[in-house]
Amino acid sequence: MKTEGKKKIWSEYQKEIADDHFFYVRSCIRQSFFPGSEQFFLHFMRNVLEKDVYENPSHTTCTGIGYHGDIVPLSTIMTVVARHFALMKEAGYKNIAISCVTSFGIYTEIIETWKHYPEELKKTREYLFKATGREFDIPENMAHTSDIIYKFRNEIAAKAKNLLVNKKTGEPLNVIEHIGCHYSKMFPKYGVGGAEFPNVLGGMIEAWGGRVVDYPERRHCCGFGFRQYLVQANRGYSLSNSVKKFNSMKPYKPDLILTNCPGCNMFMDKWQYTMKEMDGTVYGDNGESIPVLTYEELAGLVMGYNPWDLGVQYHMVQSEPLLRKIGIDYEPDNKFKTKDGRQMPVPKNLINV
Amino acid sequence: MWNYYDMLLQDIRFEEGLNACMNCGVCTAICPAAEFYNYDPRQIVDIVQSGDNNEIEKLLKSEEIWYCGECMSCKTRCPRGNTPALVVMSLRTLSQKLGFFTESEKGRQQFAIKRTVGENIFKYGYCVATYAVSPEKHREQGPIWEYILENTNDVYERLGGQINELGAGPLRKIPEDAKKELRKIFDVTGGTDFFKNIEDHSKRKAEEMGLQFSNEGIDNEYFIEVYTANNKKHTL
Repeated sequence: MKTEGKKKIWSEYQKEIADDHFFYVRSCIRQSFFPGSEQFFLHFMRNVLEKDVYENPSHTTCTGIGYHGDIVPLSTIMTVVARHFALMKEAGYKNIAISCVTSFGIYTEIIETWKHYPEELKKTREYLFKATGREFDIPENMAHTSDIIYKFRNEIAAKAKNLLVNKKTGEPLNVIEHIGCHYSKMFPKYGVGGAEFPNVLGGMIEAWGGRVVDYPERRHCCGFGFRQYLVQANRGYSLSNSVKKFNSMKPYKPDLILTNCPGCNMFMDKWQYTMKEMDGTVYGDNGESIPVLTYEELAGLVMGYNPWDLGVQYHMVQSEPLLRKIGIDYEPDNKFKTKDGRQMPVPKNLINV
Repeated sequence: MWNYYDMLLQDIRFEEGLNACMNCGVCTAICPAAEFYNYDPRQIVDIVQSGDNNEIEKLLKSEEIWYCGECMSCKTRCPRGNTPALVVMSLRTLSQKLGFFTESEKGRQQFAIKRTVGENIFKYGYCVATYAVSPEKHREQGPIWEYILENTNDVYERLGGQINELGAGPLRKIPEDAKKELRKIFDVTGGTDFFKNIEDHSKRKAEEMGLQFSNEGIDNEYFIEVYTANNKKHTL
């Protein structure tokens, strides 16, 4: 496939990503399901790169899942987000780092709405002041935390202890990248590579030695669909869309799925478990399921951190097949231990064990 | 009788989402909902664009407007710069304001979302939190999820979590004053009234359906009905 033209197009979609002094906002789903990912990001930024990243404990949900579940009105979510901006202003920050793709989409939608409808911005200022007495500024720079890892991907590569290469064959690993719809489908200019050729994860994979798989349903939704998962009766929608992607990627023998959005990660992991339970279907090579990692977990593995301190054991699909391919010397006995080394119970019926 | 088109025009998402649709169907081709549901966003936009009040009322009471997953893939692809998902979002908001949402099985589910995600926002300051995702209602989360819930403190401590404690960190306890501000924002911006409206109409519908309803929680017949009911007529 000729890629020169494509590369030229996405290079026109480069966004400016701040270098330092970030106001960090957590994700409901990432901190609930992958707390180790958020903590690795902060460790990497503060202790490895020595950047200034500030977190305010009073930061709450952005209410984005409620908004896209159609129970939270637009004026309400705009004011909740305005409160986040007020906390940022009060702390003296101008660059925001967002840990959630749903929140990122919400922030982009709201900022664009305020640009198109200045009267909405005025109304939001009034609402926020009336409710909290706070005032806010719009961030000067807005990055998803994956944008920041992307920006520093070569620094990570320079410190790499493990590359995304099959140690036995010397071949690059086949990596599926899943961007998450709300990262750039709504407002392409806010995403690295836009909506057509998003490179935020692809850039990491290539910098760390892997091969990005270009498969037919690469840009299809993971199937979250908000209400289509939140309500039990609708979950067939969510599962069916993930299965559509799994079937499409399977012939390419993926070694790993890398996700941008914490929700997508959860679904692509848990729906593989569901399909295996339902009819025994697996989508990886050699009768295994495909490990699904966050970009923070992958960055941590590349830099040689202990996989169990990153939390990769808390997905349903276990990562040992991937760790063995890369040649990571993990300690099986350390997997389910507490911080101070006490043995915890070992969970049963996980996948790829 | 209300003029629904005029009411939709008051929603800026509707104004942004619909310019002039030429009915090409690209939105339907790209749509994950149209892949599996009896759903055609092109047709919905066409009906709304026609301004036919009776047809729009049918839509507001229909199953169809609840099939969209709000992935917003249609925004990227529409050659005329429309966003069918934004049109659907404005239809859903209007359907709830007018109480029409309880006319459809999928619309009635708004009550379940309000009682779960909506209540989480006030109770915890999060839409979703570890302790609010019960294994019984989320079987697909598998044995690892039951394990995490049974060993939450140990799991979170090793990963740097701050579960249920004040101060910075993953899943920290949101301070009471921050939750109060959140609630005040809902009061001032109409969010609280919107919640109350969902409750009021749902209670009325529960009575009509002869199902037990309680003023809080998820342990009541109406919640279980709307959370699980599937008439199997939604898919292709």
